[in-house]
Amino acid sequence: MCPTLDHVGLQCKTGCPVLLTSSRTLGIPIKSTMDNPTTTQYANLMHSFILKARSTVREIDPQNDLTFLRIRSKKNEIMVAPDKDYFLIVVQNPTE
Amino acid sequence: MASKSERRKSNPKKKARGKKRKILPDNEEEVAPSMESMGHPEIFPLVLTTKTQEIFSCRIDEDITDEQPYKLIKKEAILEDLQNRAAVSDFHPVKKLVREYPGDELLLVCDKDFKYGLNFYLIGTEEGKENYLNPPEVPEELEEHKEYVPEDIVYYKPPVSKPWVSLGSEKEIVEESVEESTKQITYMITRKRNEFGRPIKFSDFNASVVKDAYIECTAYPDKNFTIQQREKDIGLQVVPKINDITTQTRWTYPKNASTQYQPREFSEEVKEELGQSKSLAEFLNNTSVSVELALQQNEIMNTFVDDWRYLAEEEGTYGDKSDTYLKEYQSFTDLHNLMEKTITCVSWHPTIQGLIAVSVAVRLTFEDRIHFSGKLLLQPSLILFWSFSDPIHPQLMLESPDDIYCFQFCPSDPNIIAGGCINGQIVMWDITAHADRIENTKAGGTRSKKAMLKPMFLLEPGSNKEAMYIRHCAVSSIENGHKKVITDIHWLSNTFEINRMGSVFENRSEICCQLITCSADCTICIWDVRSQKTVTPQPAEKKKEENVEIPYDIPSTFLHLDLAWKPLAKIKLSKGETTLDHCPTKISLNEVHLLYKTPAKKPVNLYAVHDGAVHTIQRSPFYKDIVLTVGGWNVALWKEGVLIGPLLQTCCTPKRYTSGHWSLTRPGVFYIGREDGYIDIWDLLEKTHEPAQSQNICITMITYIKPWAFSAKQQFVAIADYYGTLHILEVPWSLSHPSTNEVTSVSHYFEREVKHLEYREQRKKIREQEKMELDLDMEEKKKTKTYQKSKEQIEAELKLDFESYLELEKATLINLGLLRASEQMSYINM
Repeated sequence: MCPTLDHVGLQCKTGCPVLLTSSRTLGIPIKSTMDNPTTTQYANLMHSFILKARSTVREIDPQNDLTFLRIRSKKNEIMVAPDKDYFLIVVQNPTE
Repeated sequence: MASKSERRKSNPKKKARGKKRKILPDNEEEVAPSMESMGHPEIFPLVLTTKTQEIFSCRIDEDITDEQPYKLIKKEAILEDLQNRAAVSDFHPVKKLVREYPGDELLLVCDKDFKYGLNFYLIGTEEGKENYLNPPEVPEELEEHKEYVPEDIVYYKPPVSKPWVSLGSEKEIVEESVEESTKQITYMITRKRNEFGRPIKFSDFNASVVKDAYIECTAYPDKNFTIQQREKDIGLQVVPKINDITTQTRWTYPKNASTQYQPREFSEEVKEELGQSKSLAEFLNNTSVSVELALQQNEIMNTFVDDWRYLAEEEGTYGDKSDTYLKEYQSFTDLHNLMEKTITCVSWHPTIQGLIAVSVAVRLTFEDRIHFSGKLLLQPSLILFWSFSDPIHPQLMLESPDDIYCFQFCPSDPNIIAGGCINGQIVMWDITAHADRIENTKAGGTRSKKAMLKPMFLLEPGSNKEAMYIRHCAVSSIENGHKKVITDIHWLSNTFEINRMGSVFENRSEICCQLITCSADCTICIWDVRSQKTVTPQPAEKKKEENVEIPYDIPSTFLHLDLAWKPLAKIKLSKGETTLDHCPTKISLNEVHLLYKTPAKKPVNLYAVHDGAVHTIQRSPFYKDIVLTVGGWNVALWKEGVLIGPLLQTCCTPKRYTSGHWSLTRPGVFYIGREDGYIDIWDLLEKTHEPAQSQNICITMITYIKPWAFSAKQQFVAIADYYGTLHILEVPWSLSHPSTNEVTSVSHYFEREVKHLEYREQRKKIREQEKMELDLDMEEKKKTKTYQKSKEQIEAELKLDFESYLELEKATLINLGLLRASEQMSYINM
């Protein structure tokens, strides 16, 4: 049910595709359980979105910061856990 | 004296500048030019030549000096000169003057300054001479006094008024003075005394009213006025001319026509390095908690469900919801043919709306067929094309060598029809030439030959209303094909094809080119429509030989259920363990198949479910692995892969089921036709133990059911009966329109049924076990019991048994009629 890191790879028990991207400035994926094209697509698209969300939160209140980001769509849910240097992106199929 | 006069002459000059001015009187007139005009009429200018000057010793600067610029000349001398020199003499102009001169001496003055125009002048009068020579001494003295002794006493002499001498100045004054030219008019106006000082009232007065109140002097253009304006004063300003001009420069700059980009990626080493970094591990440890939480939340429930939407059933129905019966729309019967026919197969035209084809066969048993074979030969076996627009005359009639038991339109080309005959042949038709005829019922008889398959047809000349007989264009060979009736024929889908070896590969051409047939002689054959070597379709001469028999593991694993077959070199289905012959009656093919192996395989499963022949096998259009089988007296639903048994097996009904079909739009509904002409409509969501609805269609057995969706709102079902009538019924809205969750509900039902089956299996096992245990127990118990029984009891029991046996024997014999009742007594006595 959760992404775990052993020092070699990234796993997700439920089988949701997981993606780990690098620093905020670059947004380039480091590790992923998906194929390369999808990975790069998700990384690039989510990168600006995450930065935007974070800057929005901080602009409204500078003391605040983004802890979690969830995008719910018809078919799946994209979840982002941001950090100083990395983003962890998980795509899950929600139950009906 | 001369000096005085000289001084006097110079005095006027000086005096002109000084206070006084002395005007010399000029009172004489001379003939000779005198200086009268200058105010000195006695002065006569002369020109004296040097000769004359020498004669008279008045040479300038020698005799006549500045101190004494005059000379007194005697009259006689002048006269003498005159006589001597006559005209040449310089004194000629003053000749008269000299003669008339009263004195003796004349005064000749040198005019150095040319005051009078010439260098000498003569004074013509004595008085003048005197004046000249003797100017008044007083002014001289005054002058002298002034020049030399300025502090002397000046004696003021008041000016003595003299009589005014007119010198012509009064004329100027008169000219310049202004005088009244007109006479002045004097008016005297009187007024009353008391009116003075009063405020004055002004009033308007129209001058034109009163006559002569005014005199007008209107302006008029005078033609005689010819003064032209020759000069005009205008001002000019020179201004530079300004012009506004705009230009547009076309700025050409390089623009990107297209851009190709690639996302940035890390190299492997960097990835490795980053992956190993400590910060990453920390990050993941920190964030995994929240991510897990979020994932779990999603697993628990979906918070974004719109309950409102899912609350209500879908509205917007056409027609009454209460109207659940199939409505009769149309029915078709072939009235021309004499023999009684039955409809064996029905198929809607895939593309043309309103066109349905039925295959008719005669209603005879096998023996009767042989009996009437002669008659049968005369009657053509037909496939009839009915159109909704014409219920009496069929549009087309396809001829075949023998009765068709089943047929199909080719999915990729609806103009090709393949049919299976009673004698085991496959028949092909191509109606491309008549496609337009059937499309519109009024189509003319244009024929176009196409190269697809060579059609051979007979045309009946006649009006459009008469149906055309179209002969088949190909039949399969009799020796190599099936030996018995072809029970089912299907086109393989155009996505894959099968070759000789039985392996499946992709069909490059987009057309359906392969047929699969099964027949009562336990074989399944695969036929290829195309010619053997080339891929492109070619004329059909080769058709007669073609029949590719391929050992083939038919993907419809479905057949395992009630057919037994063993593919051998030829696709023959072998007999199973039982003595019955298993004949494939129907084939139902799954759409998507990828890989097939061709091992020789025994039938996987044998199910004796249906008591009679299985008429229908059909996959559900909604679920790929749910199959409906109809046969005998019941219906069964199967799921592929579930080998335990059918998901649903209906109980036996009083009437046999003769045909069945899934509903095209509702996943839980299927139609079953009975042998008494009733159609049962089953709705799995409503009831599963009996049909939801039952409706009478006709009086005889229903042989075929085929629904068809015309449009989103209209659905028809074609029902063929044993007597050869085709009924078209309209499906009501409630039966054709699925409810919102029907698909999922029905799939849930199937899953439940599967689970139920599994549970039952398990229970069976448990029960068996239990039974075994029970039996064991029972045996043990029995054994112990026997020892406990006493001998007498055993004897009593034995006796009872024997007596009951005797009675039984008696009853049996009586039943058999071997012993009469009266004899019983004797028997017993004996």
